[in-house]
This record gives sequence, C-alpha cells and structure tokens, in this order.
Amino acid sequence: MKNHTDVLIFHTQICAGASQICLMADANLIFASAPSRKRSGMEIRMKQKQKAVVLSQREAAPQIYDMWIGTDLAAQAMPGQFLCIYPRDKSTLLPRPISICEVREDRKALRIVYRVAGRGTGEFSQYRAGDAIDIMGTLGNGFPLEEAAGRKAFLMGGGIGVPPVLQLAKELDGEKQIVVGYRDGHTFLREDLEKYGSVYIATEDGSAGTKGNVMDAIAENGLEADIIYACGPMPMLRAIKAYAAEHHIKAYISLEEHMACGVGACLGCVVKTRETDSHSHVNNARICTEGPVFEAGEVEI
Amino acid sequence: MNTQTTIAGITFKNPVMTASGTFGSGMEYSEFVDLNQLGAVVTKGVANVPWPGNPTPRVAEVYGGMLNAIGLQNPGIDVLMERDIPFLKQFDTKIIVNVCGKTVEDYVEVVERLGEEPAVAMLEINVSCPNVKEGAIAFGQKADALFHITEEIKKRARQPVIMKLSPNVTDITEMARAAEAGGADALSMINTITGMKIDIHRRKFALANKTGGMSGPAIKPVAVRMVYQAAQTVKIPIIGMGGIASGEDAIEFILAGASAVSIGAMNFANPYTTAEVVRGIEEYMERYHVENLTDLIGAATA
Ligand SMILES: Cc1cc2nc3c(=O)[nH]c(=O)nc-3n(C[C@H](O)[C@H](O)[C@H](O)COP(=O)(O)OP(=O)(O)OC[C@H]3O[C@@H](n4cnc5c(N)ncnc54)[C@H](O)[C@@H]3O)c2cc1C
Ligand SMILES: Cc1cc2nc3c(=O)[nH]c(=O)nc-3n(C[C@H](O)[C@H](O)[C@H](O)COP(=O)(O)O)c2cc1C
Ligand code: FES
Repeated sequence: MKNHTDVLIFHTQICAGASQICLMADANLIFASAPSRKRSGMEIRMKQKQKAVVLSQREAAPQIYDMWIGTDLAAQAMPGQFLCIYPRDKSTLLPRPISICEVREDRKALRIVYRVAGRGTGEFSQYRAGDAIDIMGTLGNGFPLEEAAGRKAFLMGGGIGVPPVLQLAKELDGEKQIVVGYRDGHTFLREDLEKYGSVYIATEDGSAGTKGNVMDAIAENGLEADIIYACGPMPMLRAIKAYAAEHHIKAYISLEEHMACGVGACLGCVVKTRETDSHSHVNNARICTEGPVFEAGEVEI
Repeated sequence: MNTQTTIAGITFKNPVMTASGTFGSGMEYSEFVDLNQLGAVVTKGVANVPWPGNPTPRVAEVYGGMLNAIGLQNPGIDVLMERDIPFLKQFDTKIIVNVCGKTVEDYVEVVERLGEEPAVAMLEINVSCPNVKEGAIAFGQKADALFHITEEIKKRARQPVIMKLSPNVTDITEMARAAEAGGADALSMINTITGMKIDIHRRKFALANKTGGMSGPAIKPVAVRMVYQAAQTVKIPIIGMGGIASGEDAIEFILAGASAVSIGAMNFANPYTTAEVVRGIEEYMERYHVENLTDLIGAATA
C-alpha cells in the first residue's frame, strides 16, 4: 500500500504562463496519496501537467504508434506508471491514459506505444517531431520491483498491454521470462524485449510463436515462475489470476478503466476490492491512484 | 479591485469554488492548485454511511462534455470529519460540504453531525438523489418534496444551507421558489443533465448505469439560462455552474445573476482551471475598470 513517510515533496505548479515552484516538507504529507520514490537519496513525488515535446514518432505496426516524448517527468517515471495525454481537439474533454513504455537512459525522455482507438489517439498519431504535446504525469503506482528479488518471474503482456512490460523488463532484477501475446504476426517491441530476457510469443492466428494466448505459450514451452507481472486485456488477466491462485504465487496485474481526472478526485475509475479500501472505506479502489497495478488476489475482476 | 462576494452573511475572498464531486476533498488537486487561492472548496457529496457507488464504466466522454454515473460513492460522514475537514482546515479557504441521502432522515443526520464542526462554513444539499420512500423520484424533481426537505434541513442546520437544484425539471423557477419558501439561504445550479451514450460498434451502453449526468462546456448555455431565470424569480443568492472553463465563462454566469461560480468537469481537462478562472476574473475586472465584483451580479441587460 501507500508509503506515507515523511518525505520531501517538490510541489510544482505551472499556472497559466506563470510558473511557481514551492518546496514543502511538513505534516501535510500525512495526507499525501501519490506514490513516492527514492532517487539519489531523496524521495521525490510530483504530479504535473506540462507542455512536452514530441521527439519522434513512427508506426510500429498497423495502427500501432511508437512515440518518444521529451519531458523531465522521465526523472521520476517508474515501470507500470502512466501518463495522461490531452487531445487538442476542443470537442474532447478528458485526458487519455497511456502507459509508460520506456524511459530513456538519461531520464529526459519517455516512450509510449499505443493503438489508434478513437478521436484522441487518432489525433496523437498525427503528431510529428517538434510538435508540442500536453501531458500529465507521472500517475499511479508502478510494479513492485522488490518482490522479484531471488525469484523467477513471468513478465506478461497482451496486445496493447505489452508496452509497459519493456521498462519493467529493463528495471527488474533476476531471472525474467517474458511472455507476450499479439493478434497476428505484427509483433511490436519484440526486439526491444529480447535484450532483457528470454521472450516467448503467442499469436491468435498462429503466425508467430505459439498459436493461442500467453497461457498457451507458457504451457507449450513448459515454463514455470514464482511471481507474475502482467498487463493486458481482462480475459488474460483473469486467466493469470486463476493460474497464480492455483500455483500459490503472487501476480501483479495492471488494470484499465475509463478515467476522467486521472488523479484520484472523481472516483470514475474504480475496481472492486476484496478488503475495504483504506481511502474509499468501501470495497472499491481507484485504478488511477491505488493502481493501476494490483496484486491479483486483492481485486475482483 | 475587490473580488469578494457574500452569500448568506459569509464573505468569500473571490467567487471561485469547486463543483462537488469533481475535486474530491481538495487533497488530490492541491498538488496542482494552491487551495488558498480559492473562494471555497466544495467537497464530494457525503452520506450518513459509506456508499459503494455504481459499477463501471462510470464515465464517458461526449461531444464537448462528459457523462458520469459515479453513484455518489463516498466514505461516509465519519471519514469526512476525521480526515477531510482537518486537511482542508489548513488552508485559507471556505469549506462547503455537499450532502446526499436516500431519505430526509439520512440528510438530517449528516447535517446535524456537520453542525458540530465550526470550520464548515456552509452546507450544500444535493437533491438529485432518488428519494427511496417516494418511488425513487429525486427530491429536486418535485416542488413539494423539495420544499419539505429544505424545511426539515433548515430546522436542524447550524450553518447556512445551499439547495443544489437539478436541471431535469420542466420549470426551474418553480423549484427555485420551493427551495426559497422552505428557507434555503442560497441556491446552487445546475447539477448534471441526464444523458445517454451508446457505443455503436459494441452495441452497448457506454455507462454500466445506462444513463449518466452530463456536464462540461456543452451544457453551459442551459446553465446560464437557468441561473438567469432563477435569479429573476428569487431573492436568495445563486452559485452558478455548468461547463465553466475560463474567467470569461465565470463572468457570464455572474452577469446572469450568480453571486459565485463553481468549476466542475473542466478540472479534468486542465487541473489548473480553478486558479486560471480566479486570474481570468481579475483580468476582466481590470480591463473594464470594475471596482467591485458584486457590481457585475445580474448586470446583463437586453
Ligand atoms: C492506465 C491505462 C494505461 C493505458 N495504456 C495504454 C497504452 O500504453 N497503449 C494503448 O494503446 N492504450 C492504453 N490504454 C488505453 C487508452 O487509454 C485508450 O485506448 C484511449 O484512451 C482511447 O482514446 P481515444 O480518444 O482514441 O478513443 P475514444 O474511444 O474516442 O475515447 C473516448 C473516451 O473513452 C476513453 N477510453 C476509450 N478506450 C479506453 C480504454 N481502453 N481504457 C480507458 N479509457 C478508454 C478515452 O480515454 C476517452 O475518454 C491505457 C488505459 C489505461 C486506463
Ligand atoms: C464526476 C462528477 C461527480 C459529481 N458528483 C457530484 C456530487 O457528489 N454531488 C453533487 O451535488 N454534484 C455532483 N456533480 C455535479 C457537479 O458538481 C456540477 O453540478 C455539474 O457537473 C455541472 O458543472 P460542470 O459542467 O462544471 O461539471 C458531479 C459531477 C461530476 C462530473
Ligand atoms: S480517474 Fe478520477 S479517480 Fe481515477
């Protein structure tokens, strides 16, 4: 759960042109509900909406786009966290949540990989290098990396749930078996993933790797693990939850839900939880704030 | 230049408030906006006991706005008193608590608990909740039910009471009159307009609840019209809301007759909206040499 320690907060505001930065380190932090992380000996927590710049964009597979964004939010990005991206089209109101796929080594740029699904992602796919892009981040809690210590892990991604697996594979220590599923032979991010572990592929149409889904790939290759990290469509996550329960291992799954605020204020994005949630005091946790990553046994999916 | 505005004897440093349910209890957006800059923070609707709310999806975007069917999920009055009010007390802003319930007794229970907390400046009563004892028609959709609940709450409330009107009625002036007759100290309006969205590709309702409340810039003209009509009908002050995105939008509501404004869905499109509206109002006053904000209230002419 949350780490409510006495941390230093960099509380940054950019309000309509004027930009003010204040540093707070007081009792307010007991109320802080955002993730914090240690970097160079200091805990930094900061959510910010900013104008960032598109560094590059290419189509990685039909309707799948691969974009690098120049932003200082990269300094605090953790695997499994996400950004909210604001379309410019004035007929839209809500930001689009997109996972962080990769953090550049110098921590000054973030990569996203997304499928064109509608108006917002359609607009993003038109952006070119040099264009401004409105983003808010970094949001949510990432995957708990420390849980993998001394364990053999499955890192699993399905479809447009594959992107966050890349940064996870880069940062996770230990033995990594990366199991990813796609619709067909357009297997984006495959070469990137191969740098960080043994990669097993499943495709629905059998055009690459195992024919079927990620569970079929595990069975066909006779794979085993002591812990699972996963992101993908709900049927895949349900199968992983059942598999983890059967094998008495933990599975950390990243969930998706329609969001409005992205920061925990609107209660739009909840998932049912087994226990009463400490924030909501009902059996509902906010995916944008308590998640998007949950231990599978904690949530009713 | 004086941006102060007074409602039921309470003076706010400026007319900018947060719309209930879009700003939590201020904690989340305090990372983006200095709450000391706001006239008031209006909290998410709170009931006597925790409410789990509706199944998901709970939100959907529509052209120029959004639909929501959160179902008034809230942690209950105990948590609000122990966690949220102490948090908000640290800031130099007024605290307004929005109250929901299923029966008149539920509302009264919350109102009485809030009477113990002097830091709460005003109560805002959400009468868009279904009245479970009266066939689940919202309290705010029948004038006699609205009059009755206003009267019962006023008998027990220690703080001034704002009745938050539903726009889903035939005649908003009838509702404004009923609330005023029941003793309301102020009105806030509008709550969301009931809408629906269908995903034609999946042939499914976009919201699990099928219907949801519409908010955002697309509802603004309806809200401005209703604020104007209510202001023409009653003497009590009005807090206007519905799609406000800028200082100009806020001024429009004030010229229609609002004494203050609330920012709702636009917080989602831009977490700095509240602070930008405060500055936008000041810029307007400077540009047109307006000495007192109150000079603008209801100042639109034909
Ligand atoms: C935490 C999180 C991480 C995500 N990461 C990725 C990613 O890395 N790559 C990727 O391709 N997609 C990702 N998605 C899904 C992505 O948010 C949607 O595809 C996107 O919002 C669609 O927007 P649109 O305007 O193109 O579609 P429209 O259908 O026009 O969108 C209309 C509204 O519905 C919302 N919406 C539509 N589909 C989804 C969805 N699946 N989940 C949540 N909201 C949705 C939109 O945000 C918008 O508010 C993620 C979703 C979440 C919640
Ligand atoms: C997600 C969401 C939750 C809301 N929750 C409440 C609530 O708990 N109580 C209430 O009185 N109004 C609630 N409202 C209505 C708003 O306070 C406001 O009246 C309405 O959205 C119109 O303003 P807007 O267009 O600026 O959002 C909610 C609105 C939204 C979008
Ligand atoms: S999107 Fe608003 S609480 Fe998660």
